Amino acid sequence: MLVLEKNAITEEIELLVDKYGKDRSSLLPILQDIQRKHKYIPDFAQQEVARLLDIHPVEVFSVVSFYSFLNTLPKGRNIVRLCQTITCDMAGKTAVAKALERELGIKFGETTKDNKFTLEFVNCLGMCDQGPAVLINERVYPKVTPEKAVQILSEVK
Amino acid sequence: METDKRKGVVLFSEYNRGEGIKKAIAQSREDILFEIRESKLKGRGGAGFPTATKWMMVAAANSEEKYIICNADEGEPGTFKDRVLLLEYPQLVFDGMVIAGYVIGAKKGIIYLRGEYEYMKKSLEDYLETMEKDNLLGKDILGKKGLNFEIEIRMGSGAYVCGEETALIESLEGNRGEARNRPPFPVTTGYLGKPTTVNNVETLASIPHIVDKGGVWFKKHGTDKSTGSKLFSVSGDCEKPGVYELPWGSKISELLDLVGAKNTKAVQVGGASGNCIPKSQFQRTLAYEDAATGGSIMIFNESRNMLHVLKNFMEFFVEESCGQCTPCRIGNVKLLEGVKMIEKKEFTFAYINQLKDLGRTMQVASKCGLGQSSPNSFISILENFKEEIFNGNGGHNGK
Repeated sequence: MLVLEKNAITEEIELLVDKYGKDRSSLLPILQDIQRKHKYIPDFAQQEVARLLDIHPVEVFSVVSFYSFLNTLPKGRNIVRLCQTITCDMAGKTAVAKALERELGIKFGETTKDNKFTLEFVNCLGMCDQGPAVLINERVYPKVTPEKAVQILSEVK
Repeated sequence: METDKRKGVVLFSEYNRGEGIKKAIAQSREDILFEIRESKLKGRGGAGFPTATKWMMVAAANSEEKYIICNADEGEPGTFKDRVLLLEYPQLVFDGMVIAGYVIGAKKGIIYLRGEYEYMKKSLEDYLETMEKDNLLGKDILGKKGLNFEIEIRMGSGAYVCGEETALIESLEGNRGEARNRPPFPVTTGYLGKPTTVNNVETLASIPHIVDKGGVWFKKHGTDKSTGSKLFSVSGDCEKPGVYELPWGSKISELLDLVGAKNTKAVQVGGASGNCIPKSQFQRTLAYEDAATGGSIMIFNESRNMLHVLKNFMEFFVEESCGQCTPCRIGNVKLLEGVKMIEKKEFTFAYINQLKDLGRTMQVASKCGLGQSSPNSFISILENFKEEIFNGNGGHNGK
């Protein structure tokens, strides 16, 4: 990582610490903001968060690695999450999954070469009455069909 | 935001924003606690702990700082009632939190919203802002001197186990969402070590109605042991999936008729951690004393393969176990292996029986509710559908 990039991250985290406070209970909101912006939490960012909150970096890593929405490795700019729980499964999850894989040319758990999309399965999104459901970044799409899935992908920048 | 298409006897009955708060602050704290005790309201997350008892313990605790936490981390497969409450009835949830703050003497409320529901955050924040403008939140609420209360929205990050109250508190404190040993209970040692009450969204949404219309009115609905009504999140094989409010004590068959379910083979009551009920038992009632549930109802018709359903549930638990205690971390993996063996027809009945025993061990030996309830579906599906799974076509009929 370039020095300039490092400085930018440090500055960003300092602002977040100012916003949420220096308490341990601010850790998750800070990490969530970093995740939202960068789509993952780089090692250097974890070290900086630890330094500024005055806790051991391993503490930060243990938290990042616990939550499925926080990542230690880079992901695509858009994270596409398809619900795999039983009612979405019965409503046609597999067909949607295949359409997504075919369209993007990657398997679930992978990221496209242009870094635009990452495909993931997720557990119950709370849209069981309108499945299959797909969550792209923070937005949820109900009643997705293979055709609609492809159309949604084309709308995402 | 209100919709008039939903009908219900308690939660979806008429309520004007702020009404409950107005009535609450005109009364003493003891009177409100008495009213809630009178209503016999029990926790709606599924565990069914009497709300009045929980609040009394926190109210009686001697501490300057107390917290009220609204558990909006609904991750149980098949549950989406909190989504409906928060999007369509935020006035009930937030009025309930303010009343709770007044009764137990807390100045701060936190709503722990699951990460998957981040799209709601903006509208909830806007709603809180209007409450503040109308003096239903903030300092000297509705002109009552010294009644200060604020609500903060905190996000989860995709961990099912954080719906367990002590894991939720750990997560709020910036730790891994691993359940704590109990005792001490959160009512004495909760968030930041202070007395804390953690309540389900639906429990809090019931409070303004009870304060507004009285505990006796609330008790009129439901059964003797399960008072009031319940929101059921209905999904699966039926014509009209969605959220329904029914009084406790309704029969499963009544609910199935209401949602237009046909050729139903099985109903999973209580989500992946609940029990699977076969056709022969559809006359059972939905109540704490019979088929208890946090609200999840998943319907399976004759074409479904129950072994496939079970496999889906066990994969869920293997992924979501936090890994802290051995029975849950290893037990769920073993149960899933067992399901795969049955799928491949490479099993012995002796081993399957051992796995059922393992499941019963997990129910008593796991540290928190996740491991204690994850074997429920394994045991109930293998018991209730053994004909289909082991004889029939070995679980290979249907899709």
